Amino acid sequence: MKAALLPAVLCCLMTTAAAPPSAEHVIEMTRMRFGPAPANLKVGDTIVWVNHDIVPHTATARDRSFDVTIKPHQSARVTMRRAGTIAIYCRFHPAMKGVLRVAAR
Amino acid sequence: MKSMFALTAAVAALAMAAPVSAQAPNDAQIAHIAYTAGSIDVEAGRQALQISHNAAVRAFAETMVRDHDAVNKQALALVQRLNVKPEANPTSTALADQAAATSGRLAKLTGAAFDRAYVDNEIAFHRTVNTALRDTLIPGAHNADLKSLLESGLALFTEHQTHAETLARDIK
Repeated sequence: MKAALLPAVLCCLMTTAAAPPSAEHVIEMTRMRFGPAPANLKVGDTIVWVNHDIVPHTATARDRSFDVTIKPHQSARVTMRRAGTIAIYCRFHPAMKGVLRVAAR
Repeated sequence: MKSMFALTAAVAALAMAAPVSAQAPNDAQIAHIAYTAGSIDVEAGRQALQISHNAAVRAFAETMVRDHDAVNKQALALVQRLNVKPEANPTSTALADQAAATSGRLAKLTGAAFDRAYVDNEIAFHRTVNTALRDTLIPGAHNADLKSLLESGLALFTEHQTHAETLARDIK
């Protein structure tokens, strides 16, 4: 039984080793604006939202896939779970908007 | 309307003063004006939260309280660090007088009438303050940290103005 499992385990390990690692992308919030969306965002990647302003902001997805509050000079992380285009905004400051484009892995 | 004209006139008089004249505000007076403006909007937001039942208006009012309180805390920390005592002046007095009159007027309103009056006043107030920041207070500030805080304030209050203008269209 164990010997039969070995090729399957090896195959699994080889597949994992070949896949590109998930990336981390920083989006800064400065002077009431989201910084530019990352160009090569993929499912499984993490966005680190960094608030450089003196007031709290949120990073909220219009499709409700995420909603984080970030206090001044703090950060929050969100992992992209689904491919697609996601409109984002700050719930406290609706004029603050952006668009994320998440590619399949 | 008449009282907002008086306020605009006070701020305009400030703007027209030559940079080297005795009338140009110094940093202590600038700090007092900025702090007064912030306190006014916190109080207006608190009044709105007591009276309004409109979710979007309440969300806006919560942001006004949250944001102006945060900026004022930064302003207080800064003047303490700089050992500057904010100095009362005709502009900050005009702002405070105008705010008291507005608050009295709004206190007599309820429902949609209150919401419209509150939001319309927020638009006018932010327009006036932003103009003062851009034309007088930021150019006139000598201390670099004060100038930087005022610039952050302008970016913030410009968004507030946009927010209020959008809200006014939505609640019509």
